Amino acid sequence: MSLDAKKVARIARLARIGLSDDEVQTYQKDMEGIIDWVEQLNEVDITDVPPMVGTGLATARLRDDVVTDGERRDDVLSNAPEREGPFFTVPKVVE
Amino acid sequence: MVFDYTLASARDALRKREISAVELVNAHLEAIERLDGRLNSFITRTPDQAREAAKAADELLAKGEGGALCGIPLGIKDLFATEGVRTTAASHILDNFIPPYESTVTANLKRDGAISLGKLNLDEFAMGSTNLTSAFGGVENPWKRQGSDARLVPGGSSGGSAAAVAAGLVLGATGTDTGGSIRQPASFCGIAGVKPTYGRCSRFGTIAFASSLDQAGPMAKNLRDCAIMLESMAGFDAKDSTSVDKAVPNYEAALDRGVKGMRVGIPKEYRTDNLPEEIAALWDQGIAWLKEAGAEIVDVSLPHTKYGLPTYYIAALAEASSNLARYDGVRYGERVTGPSLDALYEATRAAGFGDEVKRRILLGTHVLSSGYYDAYYLRAQKVRTLLQRDFLQAYEKVDMLLAPTAPSGAFAWDEKPTDPVQVYLNDVFTVPASLAGVPALSVPAGLDSKGVPLGLQLIGRFFDEETLFAAGHVLEKAAAFSHRPTLHAGVSA
Repeated sequence: MSLDAKKVARIARLARIGLSDDEVQTYQKDMEGIIDWVEQLNEVDITDVPPMVGTGLATARLRDDVVTDGERRDDVLSNAPEREGPFFTVPKVVE
Repeated sequence: MVFDYTLASARDALRKREISAVELVNAHLEAIERLDGRLNSFITRTPDQAREAAKAADELLAKGEGGALCGIPLGIKDLFATEGVRTTAASHILDNFIPPYESTVTANLKRDGAISLGKLNLDEFAMGSTNLTSAFGGVENPWKRQGSDARLVPGGSSGGSAAAVAAGLVLGATGTDTGGSIRQPASFCGIAGVKPTYGRCSRFGTIAFASSLDQAGPMAKNLRDCAIMLESMAGFDAKDSTSVDKAVPNYEAALDRGVKGMRVGIPKEYRTDNLPEEIAALWDQGIAWLKEAGAEIVDVSLPHTKYGLPTYYIAALAEASSNLARYDGVRYGERVTGPSLDALYEATRAAGFGDEVKRRILLGTHVLSSGYYDAYYLRAQKVRTLLQRDFLQAYEKVDMLLAPTAPSGAFAWDEKPTDPVQVYLNDVFTVPASLAGVPALSVPAGLDSKGVPLGLQLIGRFFDEETLFAAGHVLEKAAAFSHRPTLHAGVSA
C-alpha cells in the first residue's frame, strides 16, 4: 500500500506533530517500509477470531462512589508550562 | 569488598551489621561518580536524598527493624514517576517534569526500605532496543568485545538499568518491558531480568507506552536478587484497573525447587533459519542443563510466532499514539508557543519528541485512522488472540518454554541498522510473551565468541513466576556465569 507525501502530512496533522516538507519525505520512506512489512498479517486466517483487547486477567471492579483523592489544586498546577493564578493558559481559542 | 555484594548478600550483611547502609550507599555513589560520566546510565542522580535515607536505614537496622530491602541502593528507570524527583521518560518533552506523586512500584520499594540513587536512562518513552533514542544521550554497555574498545549498546529500552547493574553502580534496578525491554538489555549486559505476568505489578505512575503490554519488573545480578525485588514491587493496586488481585508469593523460596519432573517446551518456530550458530548452541546447552536437572524436554509448536513482531508493532504503536496525545504543552511538560492552540500543539510536539517517537506516533495514528482501523488495528488484535492461544495450547503439554532471549549479543553503537524494521527484529523472541501477557525472564548463560554475554529466556504460565525462578536458578547454577564487564565499579581504572 502506498503512503504518499500528502497522506503522511495528513497523518502528521491528525497527530498534531509539525513536520517540514523534508521530514515528511523521510518519514514517508520509513513508514512505507514498516507498513509493507506489517502487510504480512494479511496471510493469517482470522475468520471467527475475536480481537484481543487485553489479557483478560483482571476483572472489572466497582468501588464506592466517594472521593478518594482531591484538594490538590497546587500539585495539579505545579508543572504547568504557563499559568495565571489557578488556571492553565493557552493561546486565544475563541475570538 | 563492597562491589562483590549481590542484593541478597548485602541485605544479609546489613542485617548482621557487617556493613552500614551509609557505607554501602556511599561506595555506590562514589562508583557512579567514577564511571557514569562515561556510561551515562543515569539521567538524574539523587545523592543527597540517598545519603539521608541511608542514615535513616541504619537507625532502623540498628534496632533490628527495617523492611526486606532496608538500606539497599537501587536505580529507578526514569519512566517511573517519583514524587519531587524529575522524571523525564528520556524525552525533552518532559525535561523539567517533577511529579507530585509516586508510582506504586517505587512506593512499594520505598516502603520496604530500598534507597534510590537516581533515575536511569532509557530509550525515549521506552521506544527502542538500543537505548540510543534517549534525548539524554545513549548508554555505553560496560562490556567490551575482546581486543576492541568499540562502544556497545546496552540494549533497550531499560538500557540504563541494565548497564548500571552490570557495572556494579546499583544492586538492582527497576525496568519496564513492553516487548522485551527488560529481557533484551538484561541479555546484552549479562544480568538477570524478569518480566512478570501482565497485571502482577501496578502500572500506576509508570509513564505509559503501550498500556496493554507495559509491565514493570526487576533487573539485578541474579535471580535471587530479582525475586527479592519482585516480591516488593508486585501486588494488587486499586489505582490500576488492570492490576490483578492475587496474593504475592515468596519468590525467593521458589528458587531451590528444582525442575525434576517438569516439562520444558522447546518452541520449534524460534529455531529460525538465520539463527546464529552461537545462539543455537547456547540454547542446546540450556536444554541439556535442564535435562540433567531432571526436566523432561518436549518439542512444541507456536505456529503464529512469525506474526508476533508485526502484530506487536501495530498494537503498541496504536496505543502509543493514543497515550502520547497527552503531551500537548498545556498542563505539564515543555511548551513551544504558537499563534493558535493547534499551532502550539504542533510546535510543542515537533520540538519535544525525538525521531523514533514521532515515527511511532505517526504510524499509530495511521493504523487507527478511519479507513485503516479494520485493516490494521482490528486485524492485529485478532492475530494477537491467535498468538495468545499458541501459548495456552502449549501450556496444556508443558510447564514452561525455553528459548534464546535475543538473536544476537550486544552490537556496537555504529552498527545499529538504519532501517527501523531491522532494529525491531531484536525483539523477535521476546515480543510473543508480551503479547500473550505471560511471564518471562532472562538469565545470563554464557559469552559469545567476541566475549559479550548471551542470555537464555524462560517463558511461563500466567502468574507462575515461581516455576520460572526455579528453572532459571537451575540454569544459573549450571552456567555459573561469573564473568565481569570491563567497566565495573570493583575494578580500579
